[in-house]
Amino acid sequence: MSQALEFKVPTMADMAMQGETPEILFWVGCAGSFDDRYKKVTIAFAKILHRVGIKFAVLGTEESCTGDPARRAGNEFLFQMQATMNIQVLDGYGIKKIVTACPHCFNTLKNEYPALGGNYEVLHHSEYLQQLINDGKVKMAEGGSFKGKKITYHDSCYLGRANEVYEAPRAVLEALDAELVEMKRCRTKGLCCGAGGAQMFKEPEKGNKDINVERIEDALETGAQTIAVACPFCMVMMSDGVKNKEKEDSVKVYDLAELIDASM
Amino acid sequence: MQVVQQILFLLALAAAGYFIGQRIKTIRNTILLGRDEDRSDRPEERRAMMLRIAFGQQKMFDRPLIGLMHFVIYAGFLLINIEVLEIVLDGLLGTHRLFAPILGDTYPLLINFFETMAFGVLVVCVIFLVRRNITKVERLQATRHRELSGFPEIDANTILFSEIILMFFLLSMNAADSVLQSRGVEHFHPVGTFAFSGFLKPIFEGWNTTALIAYERLAWWLHILGILAFAVYVTYSKHLHIFLAFPNTYFSNLEAKGQMANMPSVTQEVKIMLGLEQPASEAPAEIARFGAKDIKDLTWKNLMDAYSCTECGRCTSQCPANLTGKALSPRKIMMDTRDRLEEVGRNMTQNKGQFVDDGKSLYGDYISAEELRACTTCNACVQECPINISPLDIILQLRRYQIMEESDAPGSWNAMFSNLENNQAPWKFSPADRFNWAQKEG
Repeated sequence: MSQALEFKVPTMADMAMQGETPEILFWVGCAGSFDDRYKKVTIAFAKILHRVGIKFAVLGTEESCTGDPARRAGNEFLFQMQATMNIQVLDGYGIKKIVTACPHCFNTLKNEYPALGGNYEVLHHSEYLQQLINDGKVKMAEGGSFKGKKITYHDSCYLGRANEVYEAPRAVLEALDAELVEMKRCRTKGLCCGAGGAQMFKEPEKGNKDINVERIEDALETGAQTIAVACPFCMVMMSDGVKNKEKEDSVKVYDLAELIDASM
Repeated sequence: MQVVQQILFLLALAAAGYFIGQRIKTIRNTILLGRDEDRSDRPEERRAMMLRIAFGQQKMFDRPLIGLMHFVIYAGFLLINIEVLEIVLDGLLGTHRLFAPILGDTYPLLINFFETMAFGVLVVCVIFLVRRNITKVERLQATRHRELSGFPEIDANTILFSEIILMFFLLSMNAADSVLQSRGVEHFHPVGTFAFSGFLKPIFEGWNTTALIAYERLAWWLHILGILAFAVYVTYSKHLHIFLAFPNTYFSNLEAKGQMANMPSVTQEVKIMLGLEQPASEAPAEIARFGAKDIKDLTWKNLMDAYSCTECGRCTSQCPANLTGKALSPRKIMMDTRDRLEEVGRNMTQNKGQFVDDGKSLYGDYISAEELRACTTCNACVQECPINISPLDIILQLRRYQIMEESDAPGSWNAMFSNLENNQAPWKFSPADRFNWAQKEG
């Protein structure tokens, strides 16, 4: 869906050298940096920011994992090492406002860094996109590619229950003029994709079904051909679920940023 | 004769008071074994939370019909207590319907209101028994959920049966009483007709007066003794939620559900390791255990949560791990924690209030590694709990113990940890490649 970037993505180091400060720091996250599928989301979001003229920067190679998977697995030392180092970098650049496309990074930066001395205004990209749409900065092209099409939205646990962000992603999807159809389990009742709590980095425990298969059945039941996600782990799990059901030709999984980027 | 009855009643009341007092002491002492955690901030927000979630039962109305039925039992319990007060005073003073002359015309209205409540409670208890045992609501079945086998299953039915029996005694006592009133029997002064027990009157109308008096007295005694026995029983039962729901919601976690509590003991070590702080010159104080192995490593709130759990299983019914056949059940986490607390409580009672090491622990003897590892930390269990219990908080503290004290992690987690340490990402990519996504050639 996304094409290659046609502009240079500014880093904090560049900006600091020129004595400039960005409006926002775009926190890319590990999946957004390394995972081939999620890199496309990173690019889509960067393109949106560039197109609407938001002065943003990334940390580039100075960014490192927030420590979320280590903390959830139980490795508090490793989490705090990561967090402390990140806070030094962020504070070194005097960062005030962070936007990230990963709900896990979002939750950790927003809720858990303050206890270690890192205080920032943190937004998930769904919230930021909603603001850009409300402010009239992001405008959809006439007859956008998703107009009237059925889209279902999968709530990410770390966005939804963990931080009570239920409406922003839906508001973003509504801007597409698409037909938003809800799964039987949504919002506070949304079923996890199965990857949270560091499950992403291990095989599931013994059971009778994979969680992402259970969840993809909810999504397919809606009849939507587009499944919108807002989290890199949900992206992997839902895409695998679609493959498991051999529906990859007819059902596509996209991040909110990709859908907006394609409709502007 | 009347005096003997009064003395017997006083003894029964004192005995119930004594046993309940002992239980409160044990429960309190075991809760206080937990770690300190400050939950005294923001009192107004806490009061509002308690009013909404416990008094108002907001989360129960998530499922409106069940919420309404539960509310009938709850309101019945709260309001019938006013009548119980009259019964207790009658028992102590040797009077009969003490409040009737004081309240005059309001009295029959009040009794009718209580009878309506009692009838409502009775009907709902029957429906709840049907849901448990006949229509077999999935989350309440021991055949599907191993944590319900044995006492918990019996406990649930005992509570419902007891309430039905208590309500039956109350209504039949009133029915016998009103027949006696209509016959003008001494002591049973007329106080008007009663709404629901009126339907039972035909049963008693053929009885002779002596038998009626005997039944009325028997029902009166069985009702109040039943209530006293039930009050003692409640302290051993999941039914304890009727009291603990209130403090438990008052002390709710008010932070975002996604936030894990920080470990300050680790923060200091990390700062020393990174050269941000100098180690203290004197030998460090003995470092407490990292994470939780047993109940005393958990916070007092985790322990209060365990005593407050009603075993309704809403948490487990929404748990993605449990839904897909994994060993984890958030309800079992809470029940295991309470079982361990009760075990420690018995140990302390037997050893003059001191806990003597029994070589057991919550992690290992009750909760297994497999259960902990199945958790996706999705917060569905926390969201679902009608009284804001957090099984997740316990799971995460046990995981910290598992990893930091026992270094017991699946191989792939160890790989993830070492990737994080060496490459600052959970996957094995070079940190130098982190910004490659922005290369113009895509």
